[in-house]
Amino acid sequence: MNESLWNIFINACLINNFVLAYFLGICPFLGVSGKLETASKMGAAVTFVMLIASACGFGINMLLTALNAPYLQLISFIVVIASTVQLVEMFIKKMSPALFQALGIFLPLITTNCAILGLVLFQTAKNYSFVQSLVYALGAGAGFTIALMLMAGLREQLDFADVPKVVKGTVLTLFIAGILSLSFMGFSGL
Amino acid sequence: MLTKTLDISTSPHIQRGMSTEVIMRNVVYAIMPMVLFSIYAFGTAAFWVIFTALVSCLLTEYVLCKLSGKESSLSDWSAVITGLLLGLTLPPIFPLWMTFCGGVIAIALGKFVFGGLGMNVFNPALVGRAVLQAAFPVAITTWQEAFRPDRFTTIPTSLKAMPFMSPVFDGVSGATPLSAFKFDHITAPAAELAFGQVSGSAGETCAILIILGGLYLYARRMINWRIPVSILGTVFLFSGALYLLDATNYPSPVFMLLSGGLMLGAFFMATDMVGSPLNPKAIWVYGAFIGIMVVVVRIWGGLPEGVMYAILLANALAPQLDRIFKNRVYGTVKRKS
Repeated sequence: MNESLWNIFINACLINNFVLAYFLGICPFLGVSGKLETASKMGAAVTFVMLIASACGFGINMLLTALNAPYLQLISFIVVIASTVQLVEMFIKKMSPALFQALGIFLPLITTNCAILGLVLFQTAKNYSFVQSLVYALGAGAGFTIALMLMAGLREQLDFADVPKVVKGTVLTLFIAGILSLSFMGFSGL
Repeated sequence: MLTKTLDISTSPHIQRGMSTEVIMRNVVYAIMPMVLFSIYAFGTAAFWVIFTALVSCLLTEYVLCKLSGKESSLSDWSAVITGLLLGLTLPPIFPLWMTFCGGVIAIALGKFVFGGLGMNVFNPALVGRAVLQAAFPVAITTWQEAFRPDRFTTIPTSLKAMPFMSPVFDGVSGATPLSAFKFDHITAPAAELAFGQVSGSAGETCAILIILGGLYLYARRMINWRIPVSILGTVFLFSGALYLLDATNYPSPVFMLLSGGLMLGAFFMATDMVGSPLNPKAIWVYGAFIGIMVVVVRIWGGLPEGVMYAILLANALAPQLDRIFKNRVYGTVKRKS
């Protein structure tokens, strides 16, 4: 694979945005997009975990291919992601207890965030080199953050809207997500 | 005896007489010439498409207001604008049942879900069209050439397709200037584009009429001039720079300005008061973003036209822009962050 790094980045960030085109990582997208402040930090946390997971995933994949044991791939990826999340969790708890409170259950839930496992599986499937994998992770993280922040901005604006009772809350968020996803279709084929 | 009572009211005491209704009615005036021209250019087919879009929007608005027990908002004319704009952005041979679905979606999902006029963060007509584009990609990119001799006497068969049936298109279909450029590298002459001698969506072909409509609204101070100026300026500068670099591969900036839905979008859709930012600086960035997106999608993207996506994305970005360019509160020091 000799895709240029710029292509990989744009592809992961916009064209095949993990949230709005692949529909991965929807739970934090719906859960922590209420406030811009927490949304941007959640984005940063996910991007960080993605980078670490991608680097480790690359190493593990090499190791498992050498050992001829690719069936261990999935389980070892999950272990790596879980431990990275633990690291991030301890770091945030120590450095910013307020943010830790705000992210709540969604922080440990990054562990089961399908976007991260998806990222590691995709980069393995696409046979990316080490640098390509890192750029891919960075693009995916940036795309996740963009989607989360766009959503948070819209939701903050709609806090005071006279929304019909039936669509209040998650329903409205899903509607916005749908329209955002439609507008990201414009990037297809770039 | 003094019979006159004192009126007690709160400020503002001096008003300009500009209500939502007055502004919206004037927008309809500005749109009307384009509607008439599209009927002239595409015949009865364009009339039926625009009419269906209009009726479906009004009907949806009426029914939803009734169901939710809200006061009917039909009289503020905003549903009329949504209907007309939706009709104008569709190909004139678009099946009527699909048009009807588009109108229902535009009002219900584009506006009502968010709580009605003033809360619709996305332009309702474009939401409707984006859904149609995703649902019926073939029908929405099948065009008819303008000024067919039999345009007033026959109704294209595709228009009359039964609901949930795919339409049958009459033999000849005309490529729009943008798809001709994208797939065959042919650029239409500027004069043809300006006076609507080309194929395209019902209302987007005649650039001159759209500009006149926009100028009328600007003269009545009903749209913010910064939005069209920044969009069109960015498209001109960006595509002009590309054209100077390589004139064989990139179209001329005049072609980029006049073709496709850019004029209609810049003057009538991006200027939507709800979806655009409020701060002047934020508006410049908003317009520049749309301009850049349009050029990027048209030149490098997979689709021939990107105005709709550009405006929807910019609508989504607008709250962020307003936040970034928030005016400093007088007397405070900028916080270091």
